[in-house]
Amino acid sequence: MSSTPVYAAGAGAAADNPAGSPPETKSNKRWTRFILPTYTTVFILYLIVPIAVMIVFAFNTPVGRYNIKWEHASLDAWRDLFSFPDLSSSLKLTLEVAFLATIFSTILGTFVGLALGRYRFRGAGAMNFVIFLAIASPEIVLGSSMLTMFVNARIPQGFITILLAHTMFCVSFVAITVRARVSGMDKALEEAAGDLGADPRTTFFKVTLPVIMPGVIAGALLAFALSIDDYVITNFVAGSKTTFPLWVYGATRQGIPVQVNVMGTLLFSFGILIVLAQLMASRMRARGDQKRLAQDKARLAAAATS
Amino acid sequence: MLAPGALYLAIFFLIPIGYMFYTSLQSGFIGDFHFNWHFVNYPNAVKQYGYIYVRSLVYAGIVTVLALVLAYPVAYWIAFFGGRRKSVFLFLLLLPFFVSFIIRTVQWQFLLKDDGLILGPLKRIGLLPDNYHVLGTSIAVIAGITYNFLPFTALPLYVALERIDKGLVEAGKDLYAGRFTTFRKVVWPLALPGVFAAFLLTFVPAVGDYVNASILGGPGNTMIGNVIQTTFLTNFDYPIAAAMSFILMAALLVGATIYARVLGTEDVTAGAASG
Repeated sequence: MSSTPVYAAGAGAAADNPAGSPPETKSNKRWTRFILPTYTTVFILYLIVPIAVMIVFAFNTPVGRYNIKWEHASLDAWRDLFSFPDLSSSLKLTLEVAFLATIFSTILGTFVGLALGRYRFRGAGAMNFVIFLAIASPEIVLGSSMLTMFVNARIPQGFITILLAHTMFCVSFVAITVRARVSGMDKALEEAAGDLGADPRTTFFKVTLPVIMPGVIAGALLAFALSIDDYVITNFVAGSKTTFPLWVYGATRQGIPVQVNVMGTLLFSFGILIVLAQLMASRMRARGDQKRLAQDKARLAAAATS
Repeated sequence: MLAPGALYLAIFFLIPIGYMFYTSLQSGFIGDFHFNWHFVNYPNAVKQYGYIYVRSLVYAGIVTVLALVLAYPVAYWIAFFGGRRKSVFLFLLLLPFFVSFIIRTVQWQFLLKDDGLILGPLKRIGLLPDNYHVLGTSIAVIAGITYNFLPFTALPLYVALERIDKGLVEAGKDLYAGRFTTFRKVVWPLALPGVFAAFLLTFVPAVGDYVNASILGGPGNTMIGNVIQTTFLTNFDYPIAAAMSFILMAALLVGATIYARVLGTEDVTAGAASG
């Protein structure tokens, strides 16, 4: 998104410098240049501390039922991962809700994002503002207001209300993610497809959708992550159902069994793997593009010399 | 094309707020509330819980300032000196999001226990008195909220700082401005929208948060979220709870609306989208 091509030769060099050192000036040779990188490292370590504790204590073998003191390392909890039936069923419910909410919110949100990123229409400003409000509202307000609606409309709370609520807060995040991708898209691509005789439907599926796909996938991943993690809104609309975050919260009163650490570690690893896979895929695509470009160039050069 | 999504947001975001207002004007007994323009719920809520609103605003204010001060240098360094590893650093900043919010908070409860991994050793070597505790104090609550919302602060700051034309910084140096002057006259004003976006994205959820207060805090650290949650879900006193929630929403949304009118919504949604 940066717009630096005009006179950014110096900055470009700095950005390309893998060591990340600023352009050489006198002041940079002082010890002060270590302050910011060191601070950033400490800051990131601080962010990681609770994650590390969670992972380490997933291998603990507590004497009692709860994970309070380090005893010795073992894989016991990993073997008995499903020894708390209500914990397992809460995780299952969470994944079911997250899966469905991701599908619904991705479909709804993608079209909103497309419309907002592409067209100027009456009500676009209002729509942007509603999305902004939905994102800027505290979760407790979203959750409690939906509860009052369900209570007044006499809708029983349970799976359906959780799903409806999760889809609601995910739609706005998908919409802004897709909107960002759409507004960065080159309009000429679709015009070219039209010029080549593609009807709007073909243009959408063959040109528009592939181009905005990274935005759609990012939005879907964000929706999934938001859904499995949600506590506050779910707590208001869940009725007697218990999702994974609700179960963990309820367990804080007595103490958390090791299995929670194990499941947290599994979800964490799963999330990291997905992000890494996505990164690799985009790297490979970029490399493939470069290869093809090089081949084309070579072919052109060969044609020119012959 | 837009209609299904817009309709969905209307039904599950705007209409519930109407219902909440409707509920806040009801009165009666639990299980049998009826609508009768019972405006007195509002003054009652303020009279009874006004000090908790104030406490929530104060906590959230401290959290936001702390988070901005802590996150700004990091966002600055990554944006200007992250080099090719920018995305790696950004990924590391986002790592907490891969662990459930509740689990992260529970880990802090575990870490900050009186004889836990942090306080235990400090007490044994005599740096802290034996009866010193952090859990159940406002320090624990503020620290917990700050930790949990730091990525929300760092991201919009990073987005704004990254967008700055690095050539302008070079120009500042060419004109013999020192590092500090360049920062003050060039970088700071250009990244100011990011600071406002970070403020909004940290302050608003922090005011409404009650998870940290209930896991890390004690009876003296109750925040307005705790009261709203208990009144709704434990006491089932819907009208007064709806009034409290409505007051919270009105206060924050009036602020957010003024914000949107003055500064626009782009920076906030861009910051949120990059998360």
